[in-house]
This record gives sequence, structure tokens and C-alpha cells, in this order.
Amino acid sequence: MEQQLDVSVSPHIKDKANVQKIMLDVIIALIPAGIAGVYIFGIHSLYVILTCVIMAVISEWVIQKIVGVKNTVDDLSAVVTGILLAYCLPPSIPLWIAGIGAVAAIVIVKNLFGGLGYNIFNPALASRAILLASWPAAMTYFIKPQMSFFGAIDTVASATPLTVIKGFAYKGLETSLSNKEVWFNLILGMRGGAIGETSCLAILLGGIYLLFRKVIDWRIPFTFIGTVLVMSFILGRDPLFNIFTGGVFLGAFFMATDYVTSPVTPLGRLIFGIFSGLLVVLIRFYGGYPEGVCYSILIMNIMVPTIDKFTVPKTFGH
Amino acid sequence: MRTFSGGIHPPQSKNTKDKPIEKADLPKKVVIPLQQHSGCQAEPVVSVGDMVKTGQKIGEAKAFISANIHSSITGKIESIKKGLSPILRDGWCITIEGDGTDEWVTSQKNDLDKLSPEEIRQKIKDAGIVGLGGAGFPTHVKLCPPCNTKVDTVIINGAECESYLTCDNRLMIERTNEIIEGLEIIKKAVGAKNGYIAIEDNKPKAIEKVKSAVKGSDKVFVLKTKYPQGAEKQLIKVILSREVPSCKLPLDVGVVVDNVGTAVAVRNAVLENKPLVERVITVCGSGISTERNLLVRIGTSFKDIIDQCGGFKKDVWKVIMGGPMMGLSQFSLDIPVIKGTSGILAMTLDERPDLRERNCIRCGRCVAVCPMHLMPNMLGLYSARFMMNEGFKYNPEDCIECGSCAYVCPAKIPLVQLIRFVKGKKLEHLRCKSELLNRK
Repeated sequence: MEQQLDVSVSPHIKDKANVQKIMLDVIIALIPAGIAGVYIFGIHSLYVILTCVIMAVISEWVIQKIVGVKNTVDDLSAVVTGILLAYCLPPSIPLWIAGIGAVAAIVIVKNLFGGLGYNIFNPALASRAILLASWPAAMTYFIKPQMSFFGAIDTVASATPLTVIKGFAYKGLETSLSNKEVWFNLILGMRGGAIGETSCLAILLGGIYLLFRKVIDWRIPFTFIGTVLVMSFILGRDPLFNIFTGGVFLGAFFMATDYVTSPVTPLGRLIFGIFSGLLVVLIRFYGGYPEGVCYSILIMNIMVPTIDKFTVPKTFGH
Repeated sequence: MRTFSGGIHPPQSKNTKDKPIEKADLPKKVVIPLQQHSGCQAEPVVSVGDMVKTGQKIGEAKAFISANIHSSITGKIESIKKGLSPILRDGWCITIEGDGTDEWVTSQKNDLDKLSPEEIRQKIKDAGIVGLGGAGFPTHVKLCPPCNTKVDTVIINGAECESYLTCDNRLMIERTNEIIEGLEIIKKAVGAKNGYIAIEDNKPKAIEKVKSAVKGSDKVFVLKTKYPQGAEKQLIKVILSREVPSCKLPLDVGVVVDNVGTAVAVRNAVLENKPLVERVITVCGSGISTERNLLVRIGTSFKDIIDQCGGFKKDVWKVIMGGPMMGLSQFSLDIPVIKGTSGILAMTLDERPDLRERNCIRCGRCVAVCPMHLMPNMLGLYSARFMMNEGFKYNPEDCIECGSCAYVCPAKIPLVQLIRFVKGKKLEHLRCKSELLNRK
């Protein structure tokens, strides 16, 4: 019986979930949207996704070596960031721009703020904002859906449904919305847009997986999409059209639910979801951009410490 | 089914739930610490070389919050010196060398109807009874409500929400009537009308047994299986919808909560004048060859008990006094069983969890599971950075150290350890503050 016994503070058992497993779950949940994106927009989308992931992982490894902190590439968070960034880039984006985006996300937005857990902004979205400011033309050049796996990239520019609405009279589109095929295409993702954002069905599949695995809380995605739905209806626009277009689904299930940049309290999450949705509607209907998901979430990211501070739960017995 | 908000569902591992209570061998030697309870240490009333009988008082409670200590075997006092104890690094211990006879001090039978509440409390105090759930608060103090509070409810806690442990379950099945008599005695001592026996729904046999035995107005309350359902404050909230205010006791909302083991001990003390010298413990874990529920004498060493269970069968990683969520890990097996030992759990090397600590990713799981509705992430953050002023704002004094937050944390942050630190500082701060106010 002469043996060394470990001594530590309780509890002596721990849940099996760890950061790595959570990130792996997120990656699994992102796969359907990626397959849909590659199928719809062609093989170049796959190269964009791979470029972003590889550059994100390499830059995480390099910056942590340079700064001299513990290496955390194995937590897979850089992979998630890479995939998410690729998903909100246009399918025809030059690979070098995508690569710069990945480096900016990991180095500037994430690691300069202290690495995983300390970044204020969602790295993928903040990096998309950086790219949009730097290469506005390339970032708003959306190709038509290809719908074939190995077809050559058709570089005929195609407007996203939201730019159509922004540019032309709303009434013209309304008539086409009465067509069932248009709705079918919208939900499946056969429309112009970023690589991973168009197929609402694929994103929903991943989102349900995350909810089922208890990785994300229902509060943010439901209030986010719900608010867009209700506010569009109140402001006299087509509510369903507004939730199935742009990045509402991708934003609600994968960007706004990013642990680090969303509130930790249950009430705070409701507030975060509602205000993000509200900002999307305001930017889309009254702002200068056709799409508002990216900026609405970035703006709400800034509010997170404040929301957390004012939504501290009432302690038992107080 | 009503339940509290928060909480977790760790694997139950209640392998010993059908193992009946067996008497452990009479130990040849016992080491009895003089501090087995919260409050002040008992003072020794015997000297080296004295002969003592089983049940003879060897340590006396001199302070208000303290408890008597009795010899658990018959024999000669070998030494009174500092030694290892499961709750203290070193405290005063009395070592008794047994002569193998096990001669008890004379006992008598008492009639509950003829005893006054005051006499009941005195008998409980004489018998040195403390809470057997683990915290070890002297029971006679608990049953002494201040004159301005009226206690209307007594809850016997048979939740046993910790994984592995089954000693309370076995007591409820095998000593049902003693528990119910204990409940009647406690009710009489505090003048309460209502009695509840609370049991989690993972113990159907115990529920059935207790249900068929309860008398009068007493009720069995079936709880949802969730950790920490057996925590005093959560139990009261679920059963009576009363919330014990911060830094207050169940007494302040008119409730007394006692563990089933305590109820049995109270019954034996009051009706038979039998002091607390033995208790039931669960010896379990994948490191133990034969898992058992044993009735052991206080002061028996862990090593003796593990040997009686066939010794270790694999490479043991940790030996824990109590359950896996709140138990205390021990560095030596020369540790005696004390009144608050509910189990001995041996975990093996292959059960060692992933302990690689990472940054907090703010997933909010700790906030969601905290039964006290605290923000463990913030408390941990401020505690790790020594930012006490900030940490104090998040009410660390209310933490019950149940470990739910640290259990679910995917970043494997030792939250209980961190929160204990800031909680200690806050309690110290509150004490100083009230002392200053009193001086004025």
C-alpha cells in the first residue's frame, strides 16, 4: 500500500467536456453549411475555407511563439475562427485576401487582446470588417450560384437578394416572392451571398446539433432571429424574406453565440440576442449597408461587459 | 417534481446501494481526534495509562460550540499527542490500545414521553452528537433555537446526492424505525409540528420503506435526483419554498435539517444513552476490491478498513474522505475515521480527469449550474488576480462549495479553490466590520 496519493481541492470528478471537445463540436456543426457552400458556389469556395483555416492555425502558432505564451493551437479555436471567416467571405474572393483576413483575425483581433477568452470582438466578424474596409470591391463581388461541384467559376457578378432590395423598388421583388421556387431557393441557399451564409437549412442543421449537444444556449439564436422576424413585420417588410437572406442564420447560430464575445448570464443573453436582431433590422432598413448582421454583432460585442455587469443574477438568499 | 434551479448530474456510481450494513472488525487500536466538529476542540478528561470502557467520555466540550468525545473501544490510553486527522493537518488525538473485550459503559432505557426538551438536548450533548453529513456541526447547538425564533419544521435529509455514497440509503432501508424515532425526538426538542423525510428518487427501496413506516403528520418528500439536492438551503427551498437569507441559518426560517445518520444517533443517545462511537460508512470506488457498507468505530484507521475490504485492486490515484464532489482527499492512510466520515472512496489512476487548465472561454456553464446563483467565473477571475474588492461584489460568502461550477468547467479552472480564497477574505472582512460596529 506504499504509494503516492494525489491531494487536491474538491471536486475530484469532472465533466468530460473540455474546450477542445466544444470546438470540435462547433467544427462538426459547421460542416453542413460548408458542403452546401462548396456545392452551390464551386470548388474555389473550398480553397477559400482551407486557406483561412491553414493561415489561422499557422498565425496562431507563430504569434504565440513570438509573444512567448503557452501554445494553444490544440484547442482548435483557430480552426473555428478560420472556418467562420471563410463562411462570411464572398465565394470569388482571391485567396491572398482570405489569407490576410485569417492572419488579421488571429493576430490582431484575438491574440493581441490576450488570446482565447480575452478578445472583445468576434475574430471572424472583426476580420471581415477589416477586409471590407480594405478591399471593398472584392468583398462585395458575389458570384451566381454554380450548383455544380466542379464547374468553372462563372465570374458574372450577381447581386445578393438584399442588394436587390436596397437598389430597386421593393414592390418588384415582392411579386417574385409569391413564387414558391424563389422561397425554395432561398432556404436551400441557391442565391448570391457569402460562402457559408446562404444555405439556411444547412446552418439550421448545425445549429440544432449544437443545441442538442448543449454547446450553445437557445437564448441568443432564438431571440436574434425572432427579433428580426417581428421587427421586419412591424416595419412593414416581409419577415420571412428578412430572416432567410443575408447572414441572419449564420450570425445567430454561430457568430452571436461565440462564448467569448457574448454575455454569460441568461438574462444578458436574451438582451444580447434581441438588440443584435434589432440592429440588423435598423441597418438593413435605414442604414447605408444592405446587410447588417456583421456590424450588429460587432456593436453588441462592445456592450457585453456592460450587459454582464447589469444582469448579474440575484444571489440565493439576497 | 419541484427542484431548485441549477445543479448538475454527475455519474451516480452507487455500486453499493444493495450492500447491507456489516459490522467491521473491532479495531485493536484507535486514534480519536479531539476536534471532529466545527467549533472548539474538546478538552481531554483522561490521562495516559488510564483504562477506559467503550462509550466512556475522554474529551469534554468546554466551549458553547463544541462536542464531547468518547472512547470507541475498551482499553488503555496509550498517548495524547498531535496526530493526523482527515480534516486537520495535525490536531490533538487520543490513542487507545484495545484489550479486545469491548465492555460498554452501562446504558439505560429512557422513555421519550418523560423527557423535557431541555433533557433531550442535554442527552444529545452528553453523547457528543454532531452532524453526520460531513460538516460536523454539534447537534445540541443546532437544536437550541434562540428564544425569539420559532421552529415549525424538522427535515431529515436522506437526499444523499453525492455520487458513490450509499450509507444513508442503507440506514433508511435497514433502520427505518430508528430514523423515524429520531425525527420525533428532534421535533420534540425544538417544538416543531411538521416533519419531513426527504429522499431523492434514485432510492426507490428507501422511499418505499420509509413511506410505510412514517407516522402521524410526518411526510416523505421525494426529491428529483440532482446534485446538490441535499444542500440544506436548496432542500428547504424545494420542500417549503423558503429561502434562507444570506449568512443566516435554517433556524432563521424556522427549520432544522438533520442527516438520517444524525437522526439515528440522536435516537440512540436519547432513548438508550448511547454515545456516538460508531457510524456507517461506504467504502467504495474502483480502487477497492470489495465495496461495502460498514459500521465502524470512530478512530479506526483508513488502512484497517481498506484491508477489511480486500485492499486496493488497482493503482490508486486518490483516497477521499466523503464523496467525489465535496470529499477531502487524503495523503496518508494512517487517518482515523471521524464522526463526519461518510465514506472512503478510492479512485484509480485511469479515472484521473483531464486537468489541463486553459483560459476561461466564458461559456457560462458555471453561472447556469450554480445552485446559489453566483457568478463563479467572475469570482474565479478576481480571486486569481487578487482583486478582492471586485470579487467581494459577487457575494463569495454565499458559496456552499458544492463544486458544481468546477465540475462543468470545460477550461478545467479550479473554481472551488479560487472561490474559497475570496470567500475566506470576504468572511474575514465581514467579521472585522461587525466587530468594529459593535465596538462603537
